[in-house]
Amino acid sequence: MSRTITIEPVTRIEGHARISIALDDQGQVAEARLHLTQFRGFEKFCEGRPYREMPALTARTCGICPVSHIIASNKACDHLLSVRIPPAAERLRRVLNLAQLVQSHALSFFHLSSPDLLLGWDSDPKERNLFGVLRQNPGLARDGIRLRAIGQSIIETLGGKRIHPAWVVPGGVAEPLTADKRDAILRLIPEALEIAKRTYAFYKTLLPRFQDEAERFGNFPSLFLSLVSPNGTLEHYDGLLRIKDAQGRILEDQVPPEDYARLIGEAVEPFSYLKSPYYKPLGYPQGIYRVGPLARLNNIQSCGTPYADVALAEFHLLQEEGPISSSFHYHYARLVEIIYGLEMIERLLKDPVVLDQRVRARARSNRYEGIGVAEAPRGVLIHHYRIDDDGLITWVNLIIATGHNNLAMNQAIRQVAAAYVEGGRLSEGMLNRVEAVIRCFDPCLSCASHAAGQMPLAIELWDTRGRLLERLVR
Amino acid sequence: MPLSTARSNVRVVTLKIDGRDLSAREDETLLEVCREHRIPVPSLCYLEGLSVWAGCRLCMVELVNQNRLVASCATRAAEGMEVQTDSERLRRYRRTLIELLFAERNHVCAVCVSNGHCELQTLAQRLGIDHIRFAYRQAHEVLDSSHELFRLDHNRCILCTRCVRVCDEIEGAHVWDVMGRGSQCRIISDLAIPWGQSETCTNCGKCVQVCPTGALIKQGTSAGEMVKDRHFLPILARRRAR
Repeated sequence: MSRTITIEPVTRIEGHARISIALDDQGQVAEARLHLTQFRGFEKFCEGRPYREMPALTARTCGICPVSHIIASNKACDHLLSVRIPPAAERLRRVLNLAQLVQSHALSFFHLSSPDLLLGWDSDPKERNLFGVLRQNPGLARDGIRLRAIGQSIIETLGGKRIHPAWVVPGGVAEPLTADKRDAILRLIPEALEIAKRTYAFYKTLLPRFQDEAERFGNFPSLFLSLVSPNGTLEHYDGLLRIKDAQGRILEDQVPPEDYARLIGEAVEPFSYLKSPYYKPLGYPQGIYRVGPLARLNNIQSCGTPYADVALAEFHLLQEEGPISSSFHYHYARLVEIIYGLEMIERLLKDPVVLDQRVRARARSNRYEGIGVAEAPRGVLIHHYRIDDDGLITWVNLIIATGHNNLAMNQAIRQVAAAYVEGGRLSEGMLNRVEAVIRCFDPCLSCASHAAGQMPLAIELWDTRGRLLERLVR
Repeated sequence: MPLSTARSNVRVVTLKIDGRDLSAREDETLLEVCREHRIPVPSLCYLEGLSVWAGCRLCMVELVNQNRLVASCATRAAEGMEVQTDSERLRRYRRTLIELLFAERNHVCAVCVSNGHCELQTLAQRLGIDHIRFAYRQAHEVLDSSHELFRLDHNRCILCTRCVRVCDEIEGAHVWDVMGRGSQCRIISDLAIPWGQSETCTNCGKCVQVCPTGALIKQGTSAGEMVKDRHFLPILARRRAR
């Protein structure tokens, strides 16, 4: 008899989602899907608003990564103004973006995923949360909390507040950086870098335990999309689009972000509010690609900072050849990027240009269409606006990082479900693995976060006639 | 119209406000007396230097031995008057009025250019309003961005008519007026044409500076950047009165 297993809500991710796994008559996994159950409507209700309101409006998409939206949105507005922002403003925006990267990656690794990594997939769900980690390895939990706090504190020092800072504006930033603030941020970096390196070293010792998961957690060939700098190094703020295939061949390179529509199409599936972007030349759904830390590290030759480059070299050794294909290694990539982020913040702030008083280019809208692309912690973030003569928005398209990974997440769920879920029996641990593969991608599904993993999880087994066969409540 | 009388031979009256014995000129309003003595009375439509509108009703006070509340901006001080500016009833009414203003149009403080510098927001905070008990109307309001320097966002308008009065009484252009009735009331420029096409507008920006919310704002401002400067108004008003 065919059955459907539903995991709702998926815990320890950012937002609300449901996973359904359909089993065929033999109890084998026939289909597995991630359903996004919220409808937000940002693209619609932004219409009619002035474009200068867009950074603040779109930042409300998310309380975890508002800075990413602020950056991409302001870049789209810069494009509408047709200005090049002052050098100091560009560097300050970069620092803000990297601080966001550090705090978001810390949240993903320490708060959301470390309970699985440290306590095990089959451990008691009552313990399998940050508090469990605090009991088992208080040092690691403290490090995680501290690292995230440092990232947030840099955002607050620059932007005035930790969430939804209004400091970045079209044309640059609202206020220049003072030497005091710069020094305050620089004083935080050595401690943060120490934590990042310590965690990276610790994670490498854990890694051999996860051979099985690395084999089966979303381990499949796909394309990888990210921004890279003009010379092919790691880039989060500006840069050009690059797409690599599973064999490491570069299919697209040095593509100006404004041409994204040539590369990316968006499909809509009836089972989810999340769109399914795909690589246009390969069509849907063959044009599956991944974005985010894994894609970024797969796509570059080097990071450009000393410790991160060592870590990157070790990252490439995870697989004999070609881009790293297992989604499990998103965790690894995140740790490498935290090191990079901190090193880069230090480098940017030590450049005296950041203290320049000229931080804002003033102009009116000088074109009807603006596109802003940046790397959010979870991958490429695209904001695309059209405005009328009066500067009011007539059309919006947002492609968020989690959206790019939609096809890949569905494929990863299918793979893990097939490997761990056997129709005859249900166990909490195996369903946790299905959730954990989603956590690898660190999807950010909305503003809501349930970091402590305390949400009730109900797993239901239904037969094809819609009868409830079994129910497990966490 | 301004509540003013000839200044010669004005008498001084004594009255009691919140238990304090005070004296005032008989041509002064209760609100002016309160402001003079730093007695806090909320208001949104009243602005020193402009005529009295008494539309927002936030400055209502209680008169002893009279059940009816009076708008302090439109009530002159009188001999022997006993006034109460704060009571549970007044707080309840004021809170309700503010909530109704929020429910009427789309006031989205977080993304508003006047966030942090808005009189409506400040009053709401002062009255401890952390939620609105009424259903939001969620009316579809348009935005007039046709003017080169300024913008009108009907979503944030509370119809206080400060813009109408300052343009008429101080600038003398009378660009603004109110059209429609009830919930259909709208501020219009000239005969309901886009502001950018107005032939009477002098681009002086006085309406923008007196607007208590983010309804009238400067172009090119982002969230929280619109800080209004009204120091010009009492100075101009005094000079006009001479």
